[in-house]
Amino acid sequence: MKTHYLNYVAGLSLIFLMASCGNQGSETSQVLGGSAAEQAYVAPGEYDEFYAFMSGGYSGQITAYGLPSGRLLKEIPVFSKYPENGYGYSEETKAMFNTSYGEVPWDDSHHIELSQKDGEFDGRWLFVNGNNTPRIARVDLKTFETVEILEIPDVAGLHCAPFITENSEYLVSGTRFSVPIPQKDVPIDTYKKNFKGLINYVSVDPEHGHMELAFQIEMPGFNYDLARNGKGKSHGWSFLTTYNSEQEHSLLEVNASQKDKDLMAVINWKKAEQYMKEGKFTERQTSYFHNLMNEETSIVESEEKTLTKILDPKNCPDMVYFIPVPKSPHGCDVDPTGEYIVGNGKLSADMSVYSFDKIMKAIEEKNFDGNFDGIPIINYEAALDGIVKKPGLGPLHTEFDGRGNAYTTFFISSEVVKWDVESKEILDRQPTFYSPGHLVIPGGETKKPDGKYLVAMNKITKDRYLPTGPELAHSAQLFDISGDKMKLILDFPTKGEPHYAQAISADKIQPNSVKFYDIEQNKHPHATLGESKTRVERDGDEVHVYMTAIRSHLAPDNIEGFKVGDKVYFHLTNLEQDWDVPHGFAIQGATNAELLVMPGQTRTLLWEPKKPGVFAFYCTDFCSALHQEMSGYARVSPKGSDVPIKWGLNEKLRENEQAAHDFYEKAKQNANIGK
Amino acid sequence: MKSLKFLSTTIIAAVFLFACGGNEQSNNKAEADKQTTEKQEDKMPESIKMGKGVGEFTEVEVSDPLNKEWVERGQAIYDMKCSACHKLTDQRVVGPGFQGVTNRRKPEWIMNMITNVDVMLAEDPTAQKLLEECMTRMPNQNIKPDDARKILEFFRNNDVEKAGKKDEAINS
Repeated sequence: MKTHYLNYVAGLSLIFLMASCGNQGSETSQVLGGSAAEQAYVAPGEYDEFYAFMSGGYSGQITAYGLPSGRLLKEIPVFSKYPENGYGYSEETKAMFNTSYGEVPWDDSHHIELSQKDGEFDGRWLFVNGNNTPRIARVDLKTFETVEILEIPDVAGLHCAPFITENSEYLVSGTRFSVPIPQKDVPIDTYKKNFKGLINYVSVDPEHGHMELAFQIEMPGFNYDLARNGKGKSHGWSFLTTYNSEQEHSLLEVNASQKDKDLMAVINWKKAEQYMKEGKFTERQTSYFHNLMNEETSIVESEEKTLTKILDPKNCPDMVYFIPVPKSPHGCDVDPTGEYIVGNGKLSADMSVYSFDKIMKAIEEKNFDGNFDGIPIINYEAALDGIVKKPGLGPLHTEFDGRGNAYTTFFISSEVVKWDVESKEILDRQPTFYSPGHLVIPGGETKKPDGKYLVAMNKITKDRYLPTGPELAHSAQLFDISGDKMKLILDFPTKGEPHYAQAISADKIQPNSVKFYDIEQNKHPHATLGESKTRVERDGDEVHVYMTAIRSHLAPDNIEGFKVGDKVYFHLTNLEQDWDVPHGFAIQGATNAELLVMPGQTRTLLWEPKKPGVFAFYCTDFCSALHQEMSGYARVSPKGSDVPIKWGLNEKLRENEQAAHDFYEKAKQNANIGK
Repeated sequence: MKSLKFLSTTIIAAVFLFACGGNEQSNNKAEADKQTTEKQEDKMPESIKMGKGVGEFTEVEVSDPLNKEWVERGQAIYDMKCSACHKLTDQRVVGPGFQGVTNRRKPEWIMNMITNVDVMLAEDPTAQKLLEECMTRMPNQNIKPDDARKILEFFRNNDVEKAGKKDEAINS
């Protein structure tokens, strides 16, 4: 690492020297010069061509960037509570974090998958995995909100997830760490005997996108790392790289790297579907949570599920195979035709490219080299299309441009290498800064890539930006790949560890973007549909404030009659019906968070006043010239006092309780006439 | 950079001031302003001059008796989307009170203001004057054209109840 870093510093200094000597014609000076900047430039007021969705790694979130500008468009909260809009703090969204372990308000998000139709992105949903507490989330791309999270039971470190099939039939995932199934208290050195790995198939409802755990396949206790599903001719098959076929449980880099080859799992999921229909599964009691946002109320409903269906390859012939793959593989990527499957060995200098036709032929001819636990191992040479010889060090992930070229990141030698899928010839290589993980080409995993740009996501960012202490933002680097040679045109910082990304043409998302929620469709049980319906209701120790917000006031703005020990629910409805006018709500002393409520939406903040006094509340999101007037007071009296509930909006009403009630009673009557 | 810009602006302004005589300049300015105003009025759409505002409504027919269903639907929308800022009396809260609105404004103006508020605030002098008084831009509440007509019917009903007369602005 250190040597590479020094090399680059030396290289960069040289480039600067060359540039300053007026060597304008050289390729390097062009990379650093104006022409590259122009290619990534999107003028003020103009739109980017692509959305790039990057996982936020240990932040648990997703970020949306515009390409080619690299502008950050939005951070979408998924697995972690989010202070900006109260996600995970508001009463409506708290349940999104329910798991079989209780509330887990954090995760590590890794792989982005966009929904597909006929092997192309359709721009409807975005899926991402939670690695630590195994979960898969769905984001609705009309609203850019997380609307569903499904826990995956009996797995650990759900790294190998969630890979989608070409019509979004399934999201495929595999356990990174095998564990005892069902979980039990056993010595860790009984790994070989007690530990198992599960490969999971989650079905996606074609109309609403709702997820369901369809079945799990019980596999030997390996580490399942990455997957891709077949497309075109290979549709119906899944490919998953595994490591630790040695089934070790300590010092994996040494003990689990003994063999020259590991195994890639090859699964016929159409066959698995057939076995499911034939009832060849067993049921097992377990626990996992399914959290789904109700589209009408926008409230998350959480359900514990207790049953899972398991397929055992021993009882299901022709469903699962293995094939040898170079040492410690990471990526296994399928080209746009569906014929070639690239297996990258992280600790091997070579990359194996398999032919789907040859795999099928080998299976048909039973050209196997023994089996593992009853699962046939396909003969390596018989299925191999060719080897990319010494392309670099540490190949990780490959994507395709749709013109017959593949692009692979090399973690150890810090570069992106372009090669020809058919001839296996290396065509170009460009350094990255530094240690790239995944890369993305818009549509690069689909049947029809849009091979204009490539983004490399780098793990190490030393010396790229102004320093910010010991922690630096990760770096994404944008290459123009439309010509014969790749050309670096931009780098930009990213949030968390952008583990993987997918990019999609903006015109597949932009026209469907929701600008506000239709207030007439707001079915939230605590919605206040009009200021005349605002009110405060006490029910024992619970107080419900039905509040509205519009430019530029909150109603009611002064409330009395709260007592220490109350549970106060502020149900705030944003009455606006205009794009980009959320209203915020914060109250002094709230130990929970604040809200940000979208136009037409209702969100609830729980406030538990701890001491008597008068406490201010206000709107946190600047909205108009009179924004500062969106405020009010909440009076809290000691526990047991008899201050009546009273609320109002203007000075006259504030003066006496009776006038306030008369005003609102009259308003209520008026409201009822229209019903 | 910022201070340089400021400096150069100051110099230009100073040169400009010195170059022009006092009275002569202000006379010229008044003349120019007058011309600009006249020019603007020339360019003003006919519908604005007619007090109908600007938007998709150019001719709205009103008739008696009032359509009761429309009044009710209009009230329901008012409750949900308008009542936070407008009262049904002549009291101004955030926006003006609605009492007598059909006696002040033509039906087309009212419906254009409801459905085309951003353009109205940019182009219609009457709408602009109201913005100066109220200091808050009226939000676009995304009301559909059909619903705007129903709100108008509700306003007409309100004017009968509160002001004793309606639609006075139509022939003004």
